[in-house]
Amino acid sequence: MVVAESKPVTEILDMIKECKKVVVAGCKGCVTVCNSGGEKEVGILASELRLARKVAGDDLEVLEYTCERQCDPEYIEPLDDLVKDVDAVVSIACSVGPQYIAARYPFLPVFPGLNTVFIGGAAEHGVWKEYCQACGHCIIGDFGGLCPVTRCAKSLMNGPCGGSSGGKCEVGKGTIDCIWHLIYERLKNLGQLSRLENPWGFKNWSTSRDGGPRTMIREELRK
Amino acid sequence: MTLTAGSKLEKILKSGQKAVTCECGPPRGADAEHFRHKASFLKDCADAVNVTDNQTAVVRFCSLAACRILMDMGIEPVMQMVTRDMNRIALQSNVLGAAALGIKNLLCLTGDHNSFGDHPQAKNVHDLDSVQLLAAVKAMRDDGKMISGTEVVGRPQMFLGAAVNPFADPFEFRVVRMAKKIKAGAQFVQTQCIYDMERFAKFMQMANDMGLTEQCYVLAGVTPFKSVGMANYMKKFVPGMLVPDSYIQRLKGVPKEKQAEEGIKIAVEQIQQLLEMKGVAGIHLMAIEWEEKAPEILKAAGLLPRPQVD
Ligand code: SF4
Ligand code: SF4
Repeated sequence: MVVAESKPVTEILDMIKECKKVVVAGCKGCVTVCNSGGEKEVGILASELRLARKVAGDDLEVLEYTCERQCDPEYIEPLDDLVKDVDAVVSIACSVGPQYIAARYPFLPVFPGLNTVFIGGAAEHGVWKEYCQACGHCIIGDFGGLCPVTRCAKSLMNGPCGGSSGGKCEVGKGTIDCIWHLIYERLKNLGQLSRLENPWGFKNWSTSRDGGPRTMIREELRK
Repeated sequence: MTLTAGSKLEKILKSGQKAVTCECGPPRGADAEHFRHKASFLKDCADAVNVTDNQTAVVRFCSLAACRILMDMGIEPVMQMVTRDMNRIALQSNVLGAAALGIKNLLCLTGDHNSFGDHPQAKNVHDLDSVQLLAAVKAMRDDGKMISGTEVVGRPQMFLGAAVNPFADPFEFRVVRMAKKIKAGAQFVQTQCIYDMERFAKFMQMANDMGLTEQCYVLAGVTPFKSVGMANYMKKFVPGMLVPDSYIQRLKGVPKEKQAEEGIKIAVEQIQQLLEMKGVAGIHLMAIEWEEKAPEILKAAGLLPRPQVD
């Protein structure tokens, strides 16, 4: 899923300092799962904004709404009525959401309430980790199913580098696993260490964002 | 003797004599005089001098310019190139430019992560890694082709090197990775500073057993300790560096003003032991910001004067 974290309330307050009335719009997709932009977080953020502005002697009216998803135009539609007389929308979907909102309402300011941080998953309760950079051509089949593009700090295809120590990456002061150590251990367990004996060639990054913003077209699904 | 680039370093190694390379880092500014001054100590004691490429991810003047300065001083450079800061377009372009300037030794590295340097906010590149850079330069040199397949008009004649760190993990894999670098094009390797002699001996035995030292020259890395503080720092903070306590105790055992001298003694002993090891083809002396001590160390180790080649 897409993992996102809340921006500090002070940053959001600064973005909407000119506004008298806003909608805080959440999303029931990934950001609900990672506890940053679902119905519950919409309620919390709305209260925090109201309270802060009240304390500052400059009341703010905050409407609350949580879309089924914000990464689908039809699920943004229910906002049409709510946004009629507001000054801005604060979206706490992943950063796809605010951009869909911007596209739908050309004259309405929209601000991101989250920082979208990565594609990943939960490692334990309250901890999420990055697993994929959406490079557009998955090569993890060569690496025991583990991604060196994302999980190696240097995106090495021929690791581990000289900084790998005791299973940990040279980056992160011992808190990050060296993915190349894990790739090595896993291929050893699978009896496939020979996969690592030859230089891995040149990755084609044109399928990644380096080739320009991407569009995926599935002709069979187009109406 | 068939030569690929015909550099002095290549000739000395291929003649079977022990080679000496030293390291000289460009300054964090445009002060060429300072760089010339440091390099002047290395002129007659190294067969070639490595110029680091923004080492530890700290901005310094570029290795290409520094190599040119060395050549003007009559010193043969080994240009280091890291893949952290440049994509394949810039890397290949710099290799061609370096060859056009007459640089004949190239050391291909990935580089320390940018989070360690003075610009942790930088966007890193990592389009290629060190192994891929080796393969790319080898293909330009031997097949006249760029990564894209575009023809190279005027092939870059480079003697290709790589780094190995026998002290990183997983240990058993370090020789496999060295073999991979050789397959990709490495003709010589320079090792990380060696302090754990036992582990290095084990590494060399594995490399010998795999036949790697017959395909590639190993230059053993030595960095003299200036003080017990430096030894402690290396042990604690430098990624992938193993410093045995015995050296730290030895440095601690002498008065503060004698520590540097003791550090030099240790380095000389290490060099002598390393040169005895099967498969060690030379020494890579990294006297960091202590270049003026290189002649003394190398002389005491019996490595001066350097052989002349034509
Ligand atoms: S190889 Fe690419 S697509 Fe596959 S996990 Fe890594 S970044 Fe994602
Ligand atoms: S220590 Fe491991 S994960 Fe970290 S940069 Fe090196 S190879 Fe990649």
